[in-house]
Amino acid sequence: MSRLDLLIVGAGPAGMAAALAARRHGLEVMVIDDQPTPGGQIWRSVEQAARRDDILGPSYVEGRAVAEAFRASGVIYQPGAQLWQLEPGFRAFVSRNRQAQVIEAKAVILATGAQERPVPFPGWTLPGVLTVGAAQILLKNAGQIPAGPVWIAGSGPLPLLYAVQLLRAGGQVAGYLDTTPAGQWRAALRHLPRALCASGDLAKGLSWAAMLRRKAPVIRGVIEIEALGDGRIETLRYRTADRATATVEANTLLVHEGVVPNIHAALSLDCTVAWDPAQDCYAPIVDRWGESSQVDLFVAGDGAGIAGAKAAQLRGELATLRVAVKLGSTSEDAAAVAARPIRRKLDRELAVRPFLDALFRPRPQVFAPADKTIVCRCEEITAGEIRALASVGRPGPNQIKAATRAGMGPCQGRQCGYTVTRIVGAAQNRPPAEVGFFHIRPPLKPVTLGELAALHQPAAP
Amino acid sequence: MFRKLHEPEAGALTIDIDGVPAMAEPGESVAAVLLRQAEPWSRLTPVSQSKRAPYCMMGVCFDCLADVDGIASVQTCLRPVCDGMRVARQIGKRTIGS
Repeated sequence: MSRLDLLIVGAGPAGMAAALAARRHGLEVMVIDDQPTPGGQIWRSVEQAARRDDILGPSYVEGRAVAEAFRASGVIYQPGAQLWQLEPGFRAFVSRNRQAQVIEAKAVILATGAQERPVPFPGWTLPGVLTVGAAQILLKNAGQIPAGPVWIAGSGPLPLLYAVQLLRAGGQVAGYLDTTPAGQWRAALRHLPRALCASGDLAKGLSWAAMLRRKAPVIRGVIEIEALGDGRIETLRYRTADRATATVEANTLLVHEGVVPNIHAALSLDCTVAWDPAQDCYAPIVDRWGESSQVDLFVAGDGAGIAGAKAAQLRGELATLRVAVKLGSTSEDAAAVAARPIRRKLDRELAVRPFLDALFRPRPQVFAPADKTIVCRCEEITAGEIRALASVGRPGPNQIKAATRAGMGPCQGRQCGYTVTRIVGAAQNRPPAEVGFFHIRPPLKPVTLGELAALHQPAAP
Repeated sequence: MFRKLHEPEAGALTIDIDGVPAMAEPGESVAAVLLRQAEPWSRLTPVSQSKRAPYCMMGVCFDCLADVDGIASVQTCLRPVCDGMRVARQIGKRTIGS
């Protein structure tokens, strides 16, 4: 295959919007995505789920027209493709249908989105414990809900939205354990005026909370949870800030403490990242077009910092505009004019974030799991093992990884990375920004020798 | 653990999970079908042989790994079902040649 103008990684809101803009500029563009259909997580299975539109709501249904336009745009679309190495220049190594291939492109937009923040607690590896996002994906993809009353524990807009969708679908909420620290609304309050004049989303959120309170017990100020059971969750134990402990029967527990950008691909190319104290995560540093510290490598959407689906689409369009300038298919001036209304809309979308970030700041316990808690799900390394090593000398995350194997399993630190950073930081009295993250190396996803063997013929230039 | 909201319509298909036939619908993931079974787990871990089930459903936790049509360590949350598919819960590590 010849060298593409643009390779986009991810077919969610940012990736699709970037691709549509690229086609409008006549660029030869390929989109690779690890899901089987377009939409990312927010619009997962949006092409097939029409019968669930009433349950999932209008902001989900909106994605269908985008996916349709994306399919019709003439973009080269490779679903079911996993990126496992990205080299400057750019050469992308991608596995699809058990064969690896090399894709060459002049520019790359990483539209890799977000994942839910890992929330380690004792028993989080038991079958029956899932993330809220996972349960919502099951509703979107398979039209399925928990068979019995479900416990939801967490903080943020997503668990509220899912609880409402579940109730609309005829499901039952056994109890909603709100882990939002009490009094956090005070810190959020100063961001409220800006959020209010910018968005109708707050009213939506309030109506979700009101519906939930009518239909399910809501327990506030929950600071610790523990899942117990033999081979699956049977019991849930939780503790509130006033030290009340309760033990309840549970056969499904859904957890959520916000989302964080997927930054593995950006880290593997040594893009400069910065710690975002408001969102408690790392995000690549990008300019106003989304270009990272690596020339011609862009990051658009939640992968560049959490801002939601609408902002993701706008950031995708901005990134493509800049790519189009760099490749000579539009002028600097034309791009500047085109970017103006996009940036105005983007500012409106971003206005609500400081309020949400402050209101739903994760409770400190998320970052300081008890010693017996498994932190690395793949290699089954506990918080206690990491903590014990963290105060011997002054190891960073990479030394912890080498000594314990935490972060070496198939997920490559996607589930334990931030927790290792936090435990190391707490043991050494250093802020997470200073501790850093695992060094991310290829392969970004597991790849077999058989897949590698498919590379024996170099791609034609 | 999970149940479908609707009866499968025309086009429903059958996959085999450890010798037990399971109803599935086009477009849904193997992991979704696993979570509807009486035994809703997908694998035993290589380290402690403890049961794991699909957790994130978006390809970042690798707890839904199972053997699909003779290929081990398939991320079942990313794999759509197809008729006659043979799924085996994965017991420990994948072995060379699988």
